[in-house]
Formats: sequence, C-alpha cells, structure tokens
Amino acid sequence: MEIFSNLILGFQVALSLQNLAYCFLGVMVGTAIGVLPGIGPLVTIAMLLPITFNLAPIPALIMLSGIYYGSQYGGSTTSILMNLPGETASVVTCIDGYQMAKQGRAGPALAIAAVGSFFAGCVGTLLIALFGPPLAEAALKFGAPEYFALMLMALVAAACLSSGDMVKALAMVVFGLLMGIIGTDVNSGMARFSFGISELTDGMGFTVVAVGLFAVSEIVKNLETTVQGEIFTSKIKNLMPTLADLKSSFWPIVRGTAVGSFFGALPGTGPAISAFSAYMVEKKMAKDPSRFGKGAIEGVAGPESANNAAAQCAFIPTLTLGIPGSGVMALMLGALTIQGIAPGPQVMTAKPDLFWGLIASMWLGNLLLVVLNLPLVGMWVQLLKIPYRWLFPSIIMFCAVGNYSINNSPMDLYLVAIMGIVGYILMKLECPPAPLILGFVLGPLMEENLRRALLISRGDPTVFFTRPISLSFMLLSAFVLIIMIVPQMRKKKEQAIHEGGG
Amino acid sequence: MKLDLVNNKDFLAGLLMISVGAIAFYMALDYPFGSALRMGPGYFPRVLAGILMTFGLYVMIRGIKSGEKVEGAWGWKALAMITLAFVVFGWLMDRIGMIPSLVVMFFLAALAGHQFKWLEVTILTVLMTAFAWAVFIWGLGLPYRLFWWDY
Repeated sequence: MEIFSNLILGFQVALSLQNLAYCFLGVMVGTAIGVLPGIGPLVTIAMLLPITFNLAPIPALIMLSGIYYGSQYGGSTTSILMNLPGETASVVTCIDGYQMAKQGRAGPALAIAAVGSFFAGCVGTLLIALFGPPLAEAALKFGAPEYFALMLMALVAAACLSSGDMVKALAMVVFGLLMGIIGTDVNSGMARFSFGISELTDGMGFTVVAVGLFAVSEIVKNLETTVQGEIFTSKIKNLMPTLADLKSSFWPIVRGTAVGSFFGALPGTGPAISAFSAYMVEKKMAKDPSRFGKGAIEGVAGPESANNAAAQCAFIPTLTLGIPGSGVMALMLGALTIQGIAPGPQVMTAKPDLFWGLIASMWLGNLLLVVLNLPLVGMWVQLLKIPYRWLFPSIIMFCAVGNYSINNSPMDLYLVAIMGIVGYILMKLECPPAPLILGFVLGPLMEENLRRALLISRGDPTVFFTRPISLSFMLLSAFVLIIMIVPQMRKKKEQAIHEGGG
Repeated sequence: MKLDLVNNKDFLAGLLMISVGAIAFYMALDYPFGSALRMGPGYFPRVLAGILMTFGLYVMIRGIKSGEKVEGAWGWKALAMITLAFVVFGWLMDRIGMIPSLVVMFFLAALAGHQFKWLEVTILTVLMTAFAWAVFIWGLGLPYRLFWWDY
C-alpha cells in the first residue's frame, strides 16, 4: 500500500528534532491562545505569519497548523471551568461543561473533552491521508474552466454558509478579489491599482492584509469596552471519568466527529458551526433532552469532538486543491505562498515530504495536546491572570517587526496601518473579514483561469456549462445561492402575511 | 422614524462598497478592457467593481429601510494609537535602529489601552524588547542595526 510508505515518510519528517520542536511550540501556543479570550487563532497566525517567512516551509506549516488545532483544545478548558469560551467554537461547550463543573465534575468533563478531541483528531488526520491523494489526482486533470468554476463555488459557499449577512459576505469576497488585483498584471505587465507606490507593483503583501484585517481590528475592538471579566478558580478533584461517563460519551464522540469532519471539509463552515450542530444532534438523539443544559456529558463530548474534527478536515480542500474554506485556511495558504510554493494539487506530488510530514505532525500534535492539557490544566488557567493590557502591545510589536522583516521596508508598516483602519471599519459595519481574505488569496488565480478558459473557448462563456465537471461546480454554486436566498424570501413572505393579517 | 445615516450600519457599509467600487472602476478605465476572447488588464477589475457597486447599492437601500445602528462606540483613540505605533515604528526603524524604535512603539501602543501605568509599561517594554531581540536578531539572525550608533 502506497499510503503506508507515505505515512512512514511523513513520520520521518515529523519526528525530526526540529519539526517536533515546532510542533510542540505550535500546540503550546495554540492551547494558550485557546484559553485566552480575545486572542484567537486568526490573530495569532496573522501575527506569526511574517515570522515564518524566515523559517523553512515544513516547520512553518507544522507550527501554524499546531496553533490552529491546539486552540480547539485550549478553548474547552476555560469553557468548562469558568463558563468563559476562549474561542467561538467552544461557546457550546459552556452550556453543559460549566454545569458539570458546578456539580464538581469538572475533571470528567475536561477528560471527555480531551478524549473526544483526540479521537476526532485521529479520524481527521486519517481522512486527510485517505482522501487527499485521490482528490489531488482528480484535481490535476482540471483545466482552466474547471478551476475557475471550483474557485467560484468555494467563494460563494464560503460567503453563503458562514454565519452572518450573506450579501455583505459576498461583497467582501468581491472586495478581496479587487485587492488581489493590486500589482503588476502577469499578461500585460501593466501595474494595476498601485496608486503610484512602487512597493505596490509587487502586489499587496499577504501578511500586511492579514495583520491589518485580523490583528489590528481585533485588538481595537477588544479595547473598546472597559469591562474586565471576573476570574474564578475552581478546584479540580477527580480527572477520571467513570465507566458510565465513557459509555454515554462513546456515540456522541463518534457522531460529533462525523458532523465535524463533514462541516470542516466544506467551505464556509468551520469549528463553530460544527460544534453547534453536534450539540443539536445530541439533544435530538437523547432519550431525555431535558438533561441538556444541566450538565449532560454528551453535550460536552459531541461538540468538543466536532470542533476538533472540523479543524483537521478543513485542511483537506486547502492542501489538495489549493482552495481555502475559511479565514484560517486562507492564512495557511498564504504561508505556503510566501514560502514560494504555489498552492494546488501539485503540492502533494511535488512536495510529498511537506504534505505527509504535516499530516504526521498533526497526529503527533494531537497526542501532545492530550498529554499537555490534562495534567497541566491548572497552569493554563493561571494564564487568565495575565491582563489584556500586557498582551496587546506585545502582539503589536511582533506584528510590526515581523512585517518589517519580510521586505525590510517601512512601506509595509504604513500599509498595515491603512489595512488596520479598513479592517476596523469593516468590522464595525459587520462586514466579515474572512471572505475578504479568501477573495484576496484566490483573486489572481481566478483572473488567470478565467482568461485562459475564455481563450480556450474563443471567448464563448458557455464553456463553463458545457464541460461536465465545470457544470456541476456551477450548478452547486447556484444551488447554494438559491437555498440561502429562499428561506429569507419565505421569512419575508411570512412577515408580510403576518403584518397584513394583524 | 428619524433618519440617522451617520450611525446607520448598513448605509455606511453600502456607501463604503460603492466608494471602493467607484474608485476601482475609475482607475481601471485606464487599463485596456480587451474582449472576452482576449481579456485585457481592465476586464476583470471593471467587472468586479461593477458587482461591488451593485452589492453596495443593495446594502445601502436595505440600511435606509431597516435603520439598524452601529453597535457599540467607535474606538477611534485606540485605533489611532495603534496605527500610529506601526507608522512611527516603520519610520524610525531605518533611522535610529531597532531597540529605540521598539521602545517608542511599545509606549505608543500601550497608550491605546484604558490603563497606563508608567512602571508597568516600562518593565514590559524592557522585557518584550529583550524578547524581540532574542527572537529576531539572535534566533532568526535578521541583520538589523540595534542603535543609531551602529550606522
């Protein structure tokens, strides 16, 4: 079996001392930011992206992905102990996890969350290893029309399926595509949207956009409010779940993993939606749904498995097709790009050590997380005592030096400032930044594939509808759009009827 | 219902989209449009700018109808201090070296917060500057001058 030799190669790469160290560093940082509210994986990865420019590609990706899935573990700790979700994905865990902690069962809740996450992590890693190669192989046969249609579908789905306003999300995709145009056009050599700034003829730096949109705006938003969260510390007595706990958690973990794997691989839906859906599934499946909200262990096991499975499976489209489905995945793709690796299906064949090494490191990282999280829970909780006013200037400092180090140019920092202002205004107006960065990453590729597709077809736009694969992507995008629009129309109709009748 | 457009969330969002779209469209007029067969450098940007303006118009009208307000206060002071920190750091980096630039930037950034305690910020600045030196100069080996006398 080829997969075994590939996995052996992966473990050889992942187990090298350097890569193991970066994996460890990644999951440590990930757990820490998962615990800390107000600092999520997006901010952290945006902050560390410029620094990875100075690293080799494999350790860079190993570390960044460790931060992402590590944060899913860390997020559960404070949800259970303090009713304080460190990440949006662990909001659901608060419901029953905190109740369990109040009943003195914090230990079993934490243990089940860790076990569930580990199981989900293993399954997720296995799914990438199984589905990655055939997907990439299929994608290698894609022509320009197929690629364009695939990217269109990914962007439409990401905008429609993510929570929040669909029209604004779609508009942000277009805004991102426009920003991706900045720079020299490959075909005509013409500098577009460069505003006479010579640095912009090379395009807007990916890290500049990431830091401005995610780090600066998030920090300013956190500084708007003066309210400081109260910090409770509860004693954790018994970590071991009982046999009954394990028995009642087994199927929720399996179901949560399935739900998370599905939503994780889809564009637009991530850990948060997965965790929420898993909770609803458990509540529906339960014999006595009234137990939920009062410390049902299924309400911890399901969502915690789901968010970790989703975090892992999000890597499938990113690594095999070069199509990111969420903001974090766009940053991962950006990390590849700044390393000079063109993302796409060819990565797996051209750089097998990177692909399989990353997969192996994810499994190792999940193992490390269980070992790190359970015994050290007390230490992670102590992190909450660090006030935010110490954290944010430090984050800004790292963002600044990191961005400077890419081109050694002050212009990049001025652009970060501008992007920060743009990002903050967009955030206040509830225009989501994640679709923007997706558009920004895919923009140049989309234009190139559109151009090529129309060249092949001699300018005939029906080319996207006459080739079967391209047609199915187009139909799927239309389908997603329609199902998202219809309920709104229905709701409006009902409202109109209601108002008319009342 | 009073028309309050200055705090109208969707009106402002729509206005922003239309402005960005209009600027992009105007700039792209300088780039040859080409044809569908041979797309010029102006083709894709003009199409996108058109779409963005359409979305903007829709969001703007929806905002006027719903009248939903921007949630929470604007954190202009924090935004100003943080963006200033980036700009000043970039400007100083080539002039007075990394260590003094970091010190200035750290103080500017810390001013964005609600509490500013001199002693605390000073200690943090020393610690974080040392940490930044360890990561970037010692760890990653970046060739930056540390002080102005290194020039």
